[in-house]
Amino acid sequence: MQNTKRYQLIFLALILLLVLCFFVNISLGSISIPNAEIIQTIFGTSKNISWHHIIIDYRIPKAFTAIIVGSGLGISGLMMQTLFRNPLAGPFVLGITSGASLGVAIVTMGTSLFGGLLLGVLASKWTLVMAATLGSFLVLLTVLIVSTRVRDAMAILIIGLMFGSISGAVVNVLSYFSSAEELQQYFFWGFGSLGNLSWNELLILFVLYALGILLSLGAIKSLNSLLLGENYAKSLGLDIKKSRLLIITSTSLLAGTITAFAGPIAFIGLAIPHITRQVFSTSNHKILLPAVFLFGAIIMLICDSIAQLPSSDYTLPINAITSLIGAPVVIWLLVRKRKMMF
Amino acid sequence: MADSNTHIVLKTEDLSIGYRSKKDTTVIASNINIALQKGELVGLIGANGIGKSTLLRSLTNVQPKLSGGISINDKALESHSNLELAKVLSLVLTEKLASKNLTVFELVALGRQPYTNWIGSFSNEDIHMINTALKQINIENLKDKKCFELSDGQLQKVMIARALAQDTDLIILDEPTTHLDMYHKAYILKLLQKLAKDTQKTILFSSHEIDLAIQLCDKLIVMTHDTVVSDEPCNLISKGTFDSLFPKDLIAFDANTGTFKVKK
Repeated sequence: MQNTKRYQLIFLALILLLVLCFFVNISLGSISIPNAEIIQTIFGTSKNISWHHIIIDYRIPKAFTAIIVGSGLGISGLMMQTLFRNPLAGPFVLGITSGASLGVAIVTMGTSLFGGLLLGVLASKWTLVMAATLGSFLVLLTVLIVSTRVRDAMAILIIGLMFGSISGAVVNVLSYFSSAEELQQYFFWGFGSLGNLSWNELLILFVLYALGILLSLGAIKSLNSLLLGENYAKSLGLDIKKSRLLIITSTSLLAGTITAFAGPIAFIGLAIPHITRQVFSTSNHKILLPAVFLFGAIIMLICDSIAQLPSSDYTLPINAITSLIGAPVVIWLLVRKRKMMF
Repeated sequence: MADSNTHIVLKTEDLSIGYRSKKDTTVIASNINIALQKGELVGLIGANGIGKSTLLRSLTNVQPKLSGGISINDKALESHSNLELAKVLSLVLTEKLASKNLTVFELVALGRQPYTNWIGSFSNEDIHMINTALKQINIENLKDKKCFELSDGQLQKVMIARALAQDTDLIILDEPTTHLDMYHKAYILKLLQKLAKDTQKTILFSSHEIDLAIQLCDKLIVMTHDTVVSDEPCNLISKGTFDSLFPKDLIAFDANTGTFKVKK
């Protein structure tokens, strides 16, 4: 089949592009380091200690984080769009971000409500991660419990949105009573950030991410039959509730941990599946899933490279860049093909 | 030959269907006794709202029955697991596809899901079954087309091919001829007749094309307000079953032509 050949070519090109983007990403930063030095550092032959530190402890973990964030959010977005058969769905429709935001908001802004005694302990990064994880986990658990009780997948979508509204409202109330400093801390978390992870944190992120990816591989077959609609999928022997649970668990693992470690990264989860479908013009998840992985990783690396504002001292919020880069790409693809693939 | 023809694929005993809620039970139809044999083409006809869809939903285990028994190949319907049922019963529904971005081949291939492994890779037998299904429906030339490029009639054929690829003893179609023009209505039903004969599968479909169904089906299930009757079309005509099918103020059944005529 000619299609198979075409897919192989695109995949090969994407893998090469990914490797290229990875190296471009670690070669750029506020301090310019010659390319030869970078290669020497990676192979451990460089003598410059501060460059070594910048590359090994900062830039490489950041590049890996970008790959994890881009691919993980892309894949969870893809699964949500298929599960809800809705091109507007993304990884956060289940209320994951809102849960995480709520957790972080309580930690950063709730201190004035709960008295100042916890302030010193709570401000550290780990507490933010914990709060975000706990928040998204609690919201998801609620959505999961509710989802086993409703028959219609669309109802889960609405329930997720409602939870989002509730936690948004609580955050609003909290911020009304907060000081400027606390507000700032909360907003900085909301900008998203890839660059704050140490190797240890990266390892934890990776383990949870890998688990989510494994589950998503197990969901490929169900996702394909869900393309026909739930009744057809059931007539093909699919246990709808079980696969729904599998897909939601995988999404929450991916999107939940990523949000906890890197903040609420917008847009990627919604846009990457659309970009991939337009380029590959297929809905077959056996092709889409690896393709979304590659696209997500590549685009996140590019966005991060731009956010660094190479050779300047500034770093732009990654959340702004993903939308600035991603939205025009999606618009361009839709206009060019004149038809939305779904 | 005679032996294989008397094998009963789908059977109901004193079946009663309807809806049960916490407060009360709504019976749509009761006392349904039908037996569909191997290789039969069976049409299910009745007026709008008489409960055809409810009957089909109950027969396909989408909706629980109220009482009585349904069995497929002598095994009670409810004791089939989802997967077991998928290997004996395939469906063609009226609902729209969630995604039309699959190729015809990919869509027909989904019919093999009950037989494939966890990631859905195809064995040679799977590929063979898919190609046979495409050939039986005569849509090999559409193989690489996307579903959104197809006409309604073509798409219906593809959905039938998908059900064939699922390789089940029983295929149930819910109003397979809606949205089709007169030619394609006849074409699809004729195709079903040929499939039932060639593949010895039992095919049950609901339809409003009463005249076509009378001409093509081996057996008809007629749902009226009081009863559910199943018999051969000519017997039903001589028994006058069709006269009670609709209210008598507008149309009347003409036994000579086997069609309904508007009253002058």
